[in-house]
Amino acid sequence: METTELSVNGKTHKLEADSRVTLLDALRNHLGLTGTKKGCDHGQCGACTVIVEGRRINSCLTLACMHDGDEVTTIEGLGEPGNLSDLQAAFVAHDGFQCGYCTPGQICSATAMLEEAKAGWPSFVSDDLDGPEGLSDEEISERMSGNLCRCAAYPNIVDAIRQVAGRQVAGAKS
Amino acid sequence: MKPFTYARANDRADAIAQAADATYIAGGTNLLDLMKLEVMAPDKLVDINRLDLSEIRVTDDGGLRIGALVTNSDCAADERVRQDYPVLSRAILAGASGQLRNKATTGGNLCQRTRCYYFYDTAMPCNKREPGSGCQAMQGFNRIHAILGASDACIATYPGDMAVAMTALDAQIEIENADGETRLVAIQEFHLLPGDHPEKDNILTAGDLITAVILPPPVEGKQIYRKVRDRASYAFALCSVAAIVEMDGDTIASAALAFGGLAHKPWRDQDVEALLVGQKPSADLFGKAADQLLADAQGYGSNDFKIPLTRRVLMSVLKEATDKGAAA
Repeated sequence: METTELSVNGKTHKLEADSRVTLLDALRNHLGLTGTKKGCDHGQCGACTVIVEGRRINSCLTLACMHDGDEVTTIEGLGEPGNLSDLQAAFVAHDGFQCGYCTPGQICSATAMLEEAKAGWPSFVSDDLDGPEGLSDEEISERMSGNLCRCAAYPNIVDAIRQVAGRQVAGAKS
Repeated sequence: MKPFTYARANDRADAIAQAADATYIAGGTNLLDLMKLEVMAPDKLVDINRLDLSEIRVTDDGGLRIGALVTNSDCAADERVRQDYPVLSRAILAGASGQLRNKATTGGNLCQRTRCYYFYDTAMPCNKREPGSGCQAMQGFNRIHAILGASDACIATYPGDMAVAMTALDAQIEIENADGETRLVAIQEFHLLPGDHPEKDNILTAGDLITAVILPPPVEGKQIYRKVRDRASYAFALCSVAAIVEMDGDTIASAALAFGGLAHKPWRDQDVEALLVGQKPSADLFGKAADQLLADAQGYGSNDFKIPLTRRVLMSVLKEATDKGAAA
């Protein structure tokens, strides 16, 4: 058993768990935060995406005990009914889902992705490694390629992210 | 997942002291995937994430020392890497997903294991996973497998992108051993061909800890990373080329070419480079370079297409690299 202190959505939790417990299983099964979803459990689908120390990661491919003292933000920490984050509201407005299973991962991923773009990080499709001039649809798709949607709501997901990116990332080039 | 003991190392000495019977874990994105499938089942994990190896700094001779725990994201976004080693930024950004690059580390990425389907399937024989059990890929599904440097025991490929660019850049890998001694290994000597021992991916032995990757001072020339894969993003290379080509007027002054997706290690062939240097670019010359590269290439059925594919990718990259019109 490992003892791990996790700060999740601003609240500190002390976790006593087997060393094999992933961060994903700790969030869902030990802390009852079931917004984060288990899809493939192998880092291929992105449904489990959470934000740890400001970075989006696959919570299925990391052990909870490796995150002692870390700050974790899950979909529950981004907003809630009546007080949605910009991206949550945009996904609703643009119908950015069908079944909704991948949505928490999509929104956590997009939230951190916009911060990466604001910091001027280039992507594989950026013409210039100095970083993107705003976020084209091609940039959004490339940067979100770690999040699959089996309902294929991709056009509406891109619409939702573009709406928020337009407000936040315009002229991001550093 | 099989049970294991977990220990967090506080510093390098602590990590190495605990490492004799253990496996290091850094980002863990490949290792934990393999542990879930019980392809790997270490008795003990030593977590090295708290070690002080996350710095990128300029070396005395003007090169760059990239700490082993620098994440792929941080390395690709580093101003100096973007400016002076763009082929490395491009290669890293061509790999995996944003989430994985945030966890994957420089040292860990060098050690990532093949994506051979049979290596991943514990119901199948595999000489890499279980030495002596046989290779099913050779007569099986081998679309992603090696066309260069394979052996009768194994036709797996090294899957990464980062190391391919580092190979073109003549990077060196800094390794600290169980006695606390540090050695530098040229990246071309780090990964091994499968030979009779495909279970060994690289030269690391028990206790060895990768502490940094060292890039030589920046070189002149155009830098390109071209990756061909089955989908536009988030897929391993069927063939990739890292190219650094410098022109002197109308002739090629120098060329460094490294290839991914073709062999058990990032592939580099000095004879191909020698054939290009001092010559005027032409389709004929590029064809000869491809002939040289692929002289000993062998397909195994499903991967036969990689031979003509690699020829076309190399010729296309060389054309772009020697095109005077385009900016570096």
